[in-house]
Amino acid sequence: MSLLELRGVTRRYGAVTAVDRVDLAVPAGSRTAILGPSGSGKSTLLRIIAGFEAPDAGRVALDGRVLADGPAAMPAHLRGIGLVAQDGALFPHLTVAENIGFGLPRRAPHRAERIAELLAMVELDPAMLRRRPDQLSGGQQQRVALARALARRPRLMLLDEPFSALDTGLRASTRKAVSALLEAAGITTIMVTHDQAEALSFADQVAVMRAGRLLQVGSPRELYLRPKDPMIAEFLGEAIILPARLAGGWADCALGRIKVDDGRSGDSRIMLRPEQLVLAEADDPAAGGVPGEVMEIDFAGALCSVTVRLLGAADGAARLLLRRPSLGLPAVGARVRVSVAGGAHVFPGPES
Amino acid sequence: MTQVSIERRPGAPVFPTGFRWRRRSFLPLMAGAAVLVALAALLPLGFVLWVTVQTGWETASALIFRPRVGELLVNTVLLVVLTVPLCAALAVALAWLTERSDLPGARIWSWLAVAPLAVPAFVHSYAWISLVPGLNGLFAAVLVSTIAYSPLLYLPVSAALRRLDPGLEDAAASLGEPPGRVFLRVVLPQLRLALCGGALLVGLHLLAEYGLFAMIRFDTFTTAIIDQFQSTYNGPAANMMAGVLVVCCLSLLWLDALIRGRTRYARIGPGAARQPRLTRLGRMTLPCLLLPIGFAALSLGVPLLTLGQWLAAGGAAIWKLDEIGPALWQTAVFAIAGGAVTTAAAIPMAWLSVRRPGRLQRVLEACNYVVGSLPGVVVALALVTITVRVALPLYQTAATVLLAYLVMFLPRALIGLRASVAQAPVELEQAAASLGRSPGRALWSVTIRLAAPGAAAGMALVALGIANELTATQMLAPNGTRTLATAFWSYSGEIDYAAAAPYALLMILISLPLTWLLYVQSKRSAGR
Repeated sequence: MSLLELRGVTRRYGAVTAVDRVDLAVPAGSRTAILGPSGSGKSTLLRIIAGFEAPDAGRVALDGRVLADGPAAMPAHLRGIGLVAQDGALFPHLTVAENIGFGLPRRAPHRAERIAELLAMVELDPAMLRRRPDQLSGGQQQRVALARALARRPRLMLLDEPFSALDTGLRASTRKAVSALLEAAGITTIMVTHDQAEALSFADQVAVMRAGRLLQVGSPRELYLRPKDPMIAEFLGEAIILPARLAGGWADCALGRIKVDDGRSGDSRIMLRPEQLVLAEADDPAAGGVPGEVMEIDFAGALCSVTVRLLGAADGAARLLLRRPSLGLPAVGARVRVSVAGGAHVFPGPES
Repeated sequence: MTQVSIERRPGAPVFPTGFRWRRRSFLPLMAGAAVLVALAALLPLGFVLWVTVQTGWETASALIFRPRVGELLVNTVLLVVLTVPLCAALAVALAWLTERSDLPGARIWSWLAVAPLAVPAFVHSYAWISLVPGLNGLFAAVLVSTIAYSPLLYLPVSAALRRLDPGLEDAAASLGEPPGRVFLRVVLPQLRLALCGGALLVGLHLLAEYGLFAMIRFDTFTTAIIDQFQSTYNGPAANMMAGVLVVCCLSLLWLDALIRGRTRYARIGPGAARQPRLTRLGRMTLPCLLLPIGFAALSLGVPLLTLGQWLAAGGAAIWKLDEIGPALWQTAVFAIAGGAVTTAAAIPMAWLSVRRPGRLQRVLEACNYVVGSLPGVVVALALVTITVRVALPLYQTAATVLLAYLVMFLPRALIGLRASVAQAPVELEQAAASLGRSPGRALWSVTIRLAAPGAAAGMALVALGIANELTATQMLAPNGTRTLATAFWSYSGEIDYAAAAPYALLMILISLPLTWLLYVQSKRSAGR
């Protein structure tokens, strides 16, 4: 059952349509990521859900209750939706304890215990309670902001690029901790981000947004392996896109004959992820695949980029970029054979 | 081609003979200059202490603990306690309307809320007394000073409101707080620093102002001291009241430090704050418009109306160019000379506080700050006594007046100068040194050049202060000196309001560009 439902939600700023007829269903207890480049309208969509903006048209319903129907919208403070902003937005004039307790009624029973409990939930030391926000690190600020939002036991939690202000190392660990915590609390979560790795690892439903529209919604796996178009494919990670001729579930392309997930026939384009390509030495008698020559090697630590030119291909598909472990790299100029593991994905829609 | 030998004989000096390795910067020079300036600035404070000691405790206590002083104290306290909160409330309301609501013409109202600063305080009360001749007492004092001084609070409060991160308000709303309580619990606490700073400024102006209160016959310490001074010249009674006034000022400073605390209220976290959403006033638009309209009518309409009336009534006869010309000239000379001297005196202090912050610098800066907050009447009284007793040839000379201006307006020059010295990074000075400039020439060719716009702005602020200064000029200037302010004052003292009008108009016109500059700067400091 879906907890949050968006129907035809539209928001315009003058001539610009920031959010364009968005439909989205967020199942209860799920984690949804809205993924898009900056300016795609994802933050506006989040602000409409939170109640800081009213849509020009469309409906927003939470658990069957209508929150917004066109410009008539329930104000944010009545919605009971939690929010963690990009920089935490902690109140600088209040201590950590006062920040966490901000949304709790002043005379609520066991208020102090509840605050301590929330602090423990986000794994911070009780000594932090009396500190000021500017005495905390970025990661600690985000945790306090989360505890503050959790205090009112919201049914829906909105995360607005919550990890983008953190260092790379801290980002992954904080993300893991936050997603485990929200899952344990059974809180439905929507996260907005421009970082595809973050979206894919955090969410069980990813919605790709561009120019105000949701282009595709699905599980991370489905989106990564079966994107609707080359643009989405490249947005979610490196992709090798080749022209191919389809026939009966097989495609003929520069890399030979590959199994595909489409029964159509005719000319089309197929997509492979770089990790599907296998390199072998040219004189290995067991190796199949097509011959190629190593053009360039870009050493970058654990994973290095290898550029391979296919010897027997037309110009358009002549160069491939592969990621290989740094151990056992071929030399520049070496002859290799390139073969494909697994099947390719054919983009749906009209054949080009 | 000539071959230059760079080979070095063993034992020969690395540098050409005659070169002296000088690591000495001109820190001692700068520090010495700064100490000298601070000592000069401390003269009035030292004078008050010295005169109290000299008078002896018995005479002093007889002069301090008497009903007249109690009366003045009650007046002064009531004035401050009533006016400052009124100004604050007015400033917050106006700032919210102009910055955070969709009030029609918000930009114009915002400028009109600052514009009354261009009208000198005593011109405000001149306008009111000619509109309502019977106006006097506490009510009149609170009314006129609220109108004259609330822009001093509006400027910092509106700038702070603009800088506030709207994300915090969103966070509070998502935690279930309705808009009114968000304002009380999140917005207002963050305006505390701006409110404190502005309220201190208003309070100090209330303590120091003479003309405004003298004209509507409301007695404060400052007016009483000048009355005493004019009747008994240099009696211990005036000096003792000056002592009480100094204590009042110091209490205000202490109170401000107490309330301000040590909290940091800056925005936390990286990234730029989003533009705040404007509150839709809807049906409340018209009632809300009444506030800025009313304020503009009282603070600008009344002075312009009465001034216009007097100018019309006086006709061409009041434009005595043989009087106005010299007054304008003298004002300009005093303002420009005072501005230049004060800014030059501020350079060592500004340089120290940016390049060599430390204990010495903090102490010196505190001296300048405290003394700069003392009323002109105390400074003038001190300089009168000192010149009469110690350096009679300097009594009633331009040099003494300039020294008084320096002491009074040093903080104004310091603020702008310090900010712009800070914008000239020390690396540039070092780069100039590595290119062969001596420290002094590096300072001149890099830092001073880069700091010039800030110095000019500071100088202009000082000059504006001097152009409208009445108290110290009146008490210290050489006989026959007639600036715009003193000429205005003597005409209005003779109830010749029409003859005073041209001088008032000129003072307003001179102040307008600077008021505009202040307004633009406060907009820019908030990133717009």
